[in-house]
Amino acid sequence: MIAEIGLAFLWLAGVLAGLQLVMGAIGLRTNRGDMLGGVRPIAMIQGLLVGLSFWCLITVFMQSDMSVKLVALNSHSAKPMLFKFAGTWGNHEGSMLLWVAVLGVAGGLIAAFERALKYRTHIATLAAQAAIALGFYGFLIFSSNPFERLNPVPVDGQGLNPLLQDPGLAFHPPTLYFGYVGMSVAFSFAVGALIERDVGPAFARAMRPWVLGAWIFLTIGITAGSYWAYYELGWGGWWFWDPVENASLMPWLATTALLHSVSVLATRDGLRAWTVMLAVVAFSMSMVGTFLVRSGVLTSVHSFATDPTRGSFLLALLVVYIGGALALFALRVNTVREGNQFDLMSREGALVVNNLLLSVILSVVLVGTLYPLATEALGQKISIGAPYFNSAAGYPALLLVVVMIMGPVMRWRRDEFKSVMKRIALPLLATALMLLGLVIARPDVGILPFLGLLLAVGVGVGSFAPLWKRNLRRTPLFTYGMVIAHFGIAVSLAGMASESGFIKEKLVAANIGESNTVGPYTVKFLKIEPVAGPNWTAIEATLEARRGDGEPIILRPQARMFSNPVTPTNEAAIGTMLDGQLYLNIGEPTSDGRWQIRMWWKPFVTLIWLGGMLVAFGGFLSLIGRARREKGAQARKLPEESPVFVEASA
Amino acid sequence: MKRIWLWIPFGLFVLFFAVVANGLKNPSDRIVRSTMIGKPAPQFSLPPAVDGYPGVGVANLRDGKPKLVNIFASWCVPCAYEAPILEQLAKQGIEIHGIAIRDRPQDLNRFLTRYGNPYTRIGADNDTKAQISFGSAGVPETFVVDGKGIIRHQIAGGIDPENVNELLVALKAAK
Repeated sequence: MIAEIGLAFLWLAGVLAGLQLVMGAIGLRTNRGDMLGGVRPIAMIQGLLVGLSFWCLITVFMQSDMSVKLVALNSHSAKPMLFKFAGTWGNHEGSMLLWVAVLGVAGGLIAAFERALKYRTHIATLAAQAAIALGFYGFLIFSSNPFERLNPVPVDGQGLNPLLQDPGLAFHPPTLYFGYVGMSVAFSFAVGALIERDVGPAFARAMRPWVLGAWIFLTIGITAGSYWAYYELGWGGWWFWDPVENASLMPWLATTALLHSVSVLATRDGLRAWTVMLAVVAFSMSMVGTFLVRSGVLTSVHSFATDPTRGSFLLALLVVYIGGALALFALRVNTVREGNQFDLMSREGALVVNNLLLSVILSVVLVGTLYPLATEALGQKISIGAPYFNSAAGYPALLLVVVMIMGPVMRWRRDEFKSVMKRIALPLLATALMLLGLVIARPDVGILPFLGLLLAVGVGVGSFAPLWKRNLRRTPLFTYGMVIAHFGIAVSLAGMASESGFIKEKLVAANIGESNTVGPYTVKFLKIEPVAGPNWTAIEATLEARRGDGEPIILRPQARMFSNPVTPTNEAAIGTMLDGQLYLNIGEPTSDGRWQIRMWWKPFVTLIWLGGMLVAFGGFLSLIGRARREKGAQARKLPEESPVFVEASA
Repeated sequence: MKRIWLWIPFGLFVLFFAVVANGLKNPSDRIVRSTMIGKPAPQFSLPPAVDGYPGVGVANLRDGKPKLVNIFASWCVPCAYEAPILEQLAKQGIEIHGIAIRDRPQDLNRFLTRYGNPYTRIGADNDTKAQISFGSAGVPETFVVDGKGIIRHQIAGGIDPENVNELLVALKAAK
C-alpha cells in the first residue's frame, strides 16, 4: 500500500509542478493576478507532496518490503538499520527521488519565506524551479519508477554494495545532492532575474544564502567523499582525478567563483552579467556531473549502475535547461544594465582575478574529463591522468592562493598597491622565512609540493590579516567566516603538499614475526587469523607499529569477503598520529606462505580533510552572519554592509 | 559584435552536446586497438629477461617466418591463464617471442616453471617502451607478425580457447 501511496504522491507533485509552470508563465505574460497568486501556494503543496513521497520510499526500505523491486535489488533483511535507511538513496531510482524531493522542498521554502525579491521575479523564479522539477518528475515516473512492484515476491533482497555500507558514505550522496539542488535554486533565481530583467543587488542578496548553503554542502560532500575513497577503497590515495570525483569538483569550483562574484553584486552592484552567467554555469556543472556519473558515458573506477537510455533522458533535460538558459542569457543579457565600475587594484579587481582563475581551473578539469571522449569520437583512444591535472590545475590554483592573500585586505572600488603591501607585510615575512627554511633544509620534493608548502604558510598567516588591528568583538561574524574558510584552504594545502612531498611507501612480502620499516615506523607482523562480522568474513593481520622506543600501536588490516552480494574488499588499518597517518593494507599470500603487506607513512595527511571541514565551517559562520545582518537590515532598512577592510586610524 | 560573444557559452555547450551524444550513441568497447596493425614492427632491441633465453629485437622478426609476439608478465593473472594455450600453440610448431613487462628474473623463472614456457626468445621490457611502440595498452596482448616483420593482427587481453582459431587463421594469412 505504502508504495502505491508514494507513487500517487509523486504523480500529484508532478502534475502540480506542471501547473506551477503554466500558471507562472501565463500570469507573467498577461499579468493576471489570479494566475500569479496561485503559484506560491502550489509550490508549497508540491514540496510537501514530493517530500511525503520520499518518506514513503524510506518506509518501504525500513520495513524491508521485498515486493518493491528497488528494495529487493538493493537491500537485504539482515542489513543493519542504518544501511537500510541509507539504502534508500544508495541506488539510481532512490537517489533521483531524493534529488527531486530536495528540489521540491527547496521550492516550497522559497515560496514560503523569500521576501526580498520583487513579486514578479519571485514568481518567475518559482516557475523556473517548476520547469526543472517537471523534467525530473517525468524522468522518475516514466523511466525509473522507484515504487515498482515485483511479482513473485523474492524471499530476500540482494543487498547493498558493501563498499557503500559505511556510515560516512551513507550521508555522502545526500550531502552532494543538497549542494546540487541548492545550485538549481540559484539557477532558478538567475533565470527569473533574466526573464524579468531584474539583475541587481536585491537578486544577489536573495540568491546568496542558497549559493552559500549549496557551497557548504558541496565542500562537506567532497571532503567526506575524498576521505571515504582514502580509507575504504584501500588504494592509499585521496584524490584520483576520476570522472566521478571531477563531477563533484566542477560544481564546487563554479560555486566558489559564484560565491565571490555574488558578493560583488550584492555589495557594489558590479559584475551583473558575469554573476548571472556563473549561476547558470554552476548549475550546468552539477547537471553535467550527474549526467556523466549516471549515463556511463565515461569509464570510472566508481562502479555505478549505468544505463544509456537514462543517459539520453538526462542529456535531453540538460539540453532543455542549460541550452535554454544559455540562449536566454545570450538574448537577454544585453538588457542588463552595466553595473558599477571599479579599478583593477581593488577588492572587486581581486575577486575578478579569483573568478578568472577558478574558471581556468574549471576548464582544465572539464576538458581533461571530456577530452578522452572527444578523441574517441575521432577514432583515437587516450586516457588522461593525474600528471595532466596536477600541473594544469595546480599552477593556477597556487596563483589563486596568492590572490587569496591580497584580496581580503583590499578596499572596494580602488586601492593603492603600496598600502596593500603594507597590510600583507606579515604574511609576506612568514612566506620569506618559510622560503629560507626550505632552501636551507632542501627537502627532496617536487616543485608543486615545494610551492604548496611555501604558500600554505603565506595564506595561513595571511588569512588572519583582515582581523589585524580591528576591534575583534565588533567584527561581523561573516568576516570571521571568511577568515576561517581561507585558513582552512591553507591547512588543506599544507596537508596536500606534505603528503605528496614526503610520503613513504613500501610493499613487502613478510613472514610472521618479521619487522619492516616505513618512514619513522618499524612495523612487526604479529599474526594472521580469520574473523567474522554480521555479513562478512575476513582474514585479519595484526601488526605492531613502533616509532623508536615509543609506545607500540596495534593495527589490524583486513581482506574482507562480504556475503550479500559476494564481494571482496580491502579494509585498510589506519593509525592516526599527530604528525600523520600510518596506512596498512593486507594483500594476497605468496606461494611460499608469506603475506603481501603494503605500508604507507603519510605525514600530515589529515590536514587535507581538516582543512576542508574548516572551509565548510567558515561558510557556515558566514551564512549565520549574513542571515543575522539581513534580519537587522530589513528591520532598520539599512543598506548592505560588507566585510570591508577598515584601516586602523586611531 | 558584442552579441556574438554572448553566444560563446551556448556554442561551447553545443560542442559538449555533440561529444557526449556521440559517446552515448557509440559506447566504448573498452579495447584499445593498436594503430600499428599493417605497419612494420617498431625499432626495438630488448636484452634477455632470463638466463638461457636470448633477447628479442626487431631483426628477429624479419626472418621470413610468421610468428607470435606475446606481451606478458609474471605478475599478471590472465597471463598464467593463457600460458597453457600458448604452450599448445608452441607444440604445433609456432614460434612465440615473449616480451616481459616490468619483471624480475627470479619471478619470471618461477612463472615459467609453474605455467610452462612456450617462448623461443624473451626480452626484458623494463620501461615498457617496446610495449608502447607496438601500440599495446595492457598485459597480456598477443601480436601476429609476418615474415617481413609487419604486424598483422592483435589480441588484447588473455587468449581464450575461442581465440586459437582466430590466431591460426591470422598466422596462415601472414605466410
